Amino acid sequence: MTSEFAVELRDVVKQFTTPEGNLLNAVDHVTMQIKNGEFFSMLGSSGCGKTTSLRMIAGFEWTTEGEVYIEGKPMGHTPPFQRKVNTVFQSYALFQHMTVFQNIAFGLEMEGAPKEEIEKRVKRALEMVQLTGMERRKPKQLSGGQQQRVAVARALVKVPDVLLLDEPLGALDLKLRKEMQLELKALQQQLGITFVYVTHDQEEAMTMSDRIAVMSNGRVQQMGRPVEIYERPANRFVADFIGESNFFEGRIKSLSGKEAVVFIPQLNAELTGIAVSEGLVNGEDVTVSIRPEKVQIAEKGLDVNSFTGRVTNTVYIGTDTHIFVDLNGKRVKIFEQNRISRLDPGSFYTIGQEVLLVMWTDNVLVLKKD
Amino acid sequence: MLKRLRENKSAQGTLLASPTMLWMLGLLIIPLILTMVISFGKRSPDGNVIYAFSLDNYIRLFGYSTDCDGGQASCFNPLYLQILWRSISLAFKTTVWVIVLAYPLAYFIARATPKRRNTFLFMVLIPLWTNFVIRVYAWMMLLRKEGAINIILGAAANFLHIPFQPLEMLYTPGAVLVGMIYEFLPFMILPIFTSLEKIEVPLYEAAADLGANAIKTFLRVTLPLSMPGVVAGTILVFIPVMGTFIVSDLLGGRQVILVGNLIQRQFLDARDPTFGSAASLILMIMTLIVTYFYTRKFGFGEEIVVA
Repeated sequence: MTSEFAVELRDVVKQFTTPEGNLLNAVDHVTMQIKNGEFFSMLGSSGCGKTTSLRMIAGFEWTTEGEVYIEGKPMGHTPPFQRKVNTVFQSYALFQHMTVFQNIAFGLEMEGAPKEEIEKRVKRALEMVQLTGMERRKPKQLSGGQQQRVAVARALVKVPDVLLLDEPLGALDLKLRKEMQLELKALQQQLGITFVYVTHDQEEAMTMSDRIAVMSNGRVQQMGRPVEIYERPANRFVADFIGESNFFEGRIKSLSGKEAVVFIPQLNAELTGIAVSEGLVNGEDVTVSIRPEKVQIAEKGLDVNSFTGRVTNTVYIGTDTHIFVDLNGKRVKIFEQNRISRLDPGSFYTIGQEVLLVMWTDNVLVLKKD
Repeated sequence: MLKRLRENKSAQGTLLASPTMLWMLGLLIIPLILTMVISFGKRSPDGNVIYAFSLDNYIRLFGYSTDCDGGQASCFNPLYLQILWRSISLAFKTTVWVIVLAYPLAYFIARATPKRRNTFLFMVLIPLWTNFVIRVYAWMMLLRKEGAINIILGAAANFLHIPFQPLEMLYTPGAVLVGMIYEFLPFMILPIFTSLEKIEVPLYEAAADLGANAIKTFLRVTLPLSMPGVVAGTILVFIPVMGTFIVSDLLGGRQVILVGNLIQRQFLDARDPTFGSAASLILMIMTLIVTYFYTRKFGFGEEIVVA
């Protein structure tokens, strides 16, 4: 380990030509530093540049501008087979004409490892992914989950500096996916290898990652620990993309220190004592965001930041009840956990019922208007 | 009855297959049996078949001759064995050359952009729109003593002030080989292309990712995964080359006689259908033996072959 960072992208741009002949920045000035031993995820919807970024680390694509560093070394046009990174492909890309053993041994044979060592290491890799005894099967004779494990073993057997995973669980059903998430995370902690994980599934990213880069339109929207991304989204896109949020358009009415009063024309009301991040100025148009589970339905309001509304709909989904409240024409979504077992319809909110919503200052976020 | 048919899947299958079955029975199985029967017959002096059970035709094919120099009653004449051997070895040579030429081209086409790929495939197929015989005649025009190749070479030699003697290319074994390769090339290109096209790009990337350079990727991944195409192409080329007579007839003249020519002449010129039938059956058996051993080792090309 020569560098603090396993992978570093410095101001990387990847330009493609669209079928219409236009130039498109699939990756648009991305800078990220991935620490050694970290489980790092790139999260975003399709076309956000996450897979392209991963492919530039692997060496399948070269940067148009900027540079990719692996263990502190600039990669330039180093071909994939000379990089100490290995990839788990979305489609697994297993060699169908080889057995499980041959698939896993392939990378070691390319290194010219002696036969006994290959056998030993393949055996260990199979143990690691719990596929002992499957050596002589062909990939087609395995289930999707087993094929996925072979793909992981084939990449990890090379003991790479960095393991790149491109939506590796996308083809599995939900239950198996959740199992594999925990297994992959455990494997990563046990081996201490840096994992760079690409996914569009926010829950998956949250479950496994030490840090997440939320991407859209080729740019990193926010980078941070899962809790930071969820609790302190940097902008409306992140607040909207990760979890759910109620948004209100507003304007900063007064600012004293870091506390502000925000006027919300839609509600014809103010929120007071709200913490705002630096860079926002008095009079600025902002977006106010509050998570549905952080809006409280109360018996009695506070002097400030309480609003009366009318229930328009309720949806019971087991763990939670989703309550939709009309607040001066604005629909607000509230999640309330069903912490007490009950059946009586009278104990739930009814449509048309008047309720008092309390938004605690800590729960309200003021975001720069996009 | 219709109701019962609707419920009976196997009867449905039989019904659907029956037109083809009848076709095969009438035009393949029965003629084959007739050929076999005739091959054991004898030729009457006026060229008709006398039905009998005689192995004379087969004995003659394997070298027994009653037409000997020096007045013996019988002697060994390897003429027909030589023809058989020539056919097999030409089929081998053609197949190998066709693989060597078709593979890089198929690889190139498979890796081209989809639009260009269609253009290239179209170009491969265009010659097949012209009649087989006409294409062989075109080669005669090229290879002849006064043909295009000699004219160009002559002009070049003249320009460089080198003495030039027109090359004798037509009516040589080489001409037959070139003609065969040309005729059967598309039948190798297409199956190899198909199997190469099926290889997904991530497989090449996975190989590179695991440390394989271009050569190792080709040998360990591309080639084994495209073997079904090579095998299918080999079957499509080897079998017809064994039996064809037009290429050798037109480009080989009297020089290069293959089993196909021998059979054709027995039926048309020599008017000995019994000997022609025997030669046909031997050709079929030889082809079957070679194909049997080949497919036992490599499969029919329908499944992925382990390297």
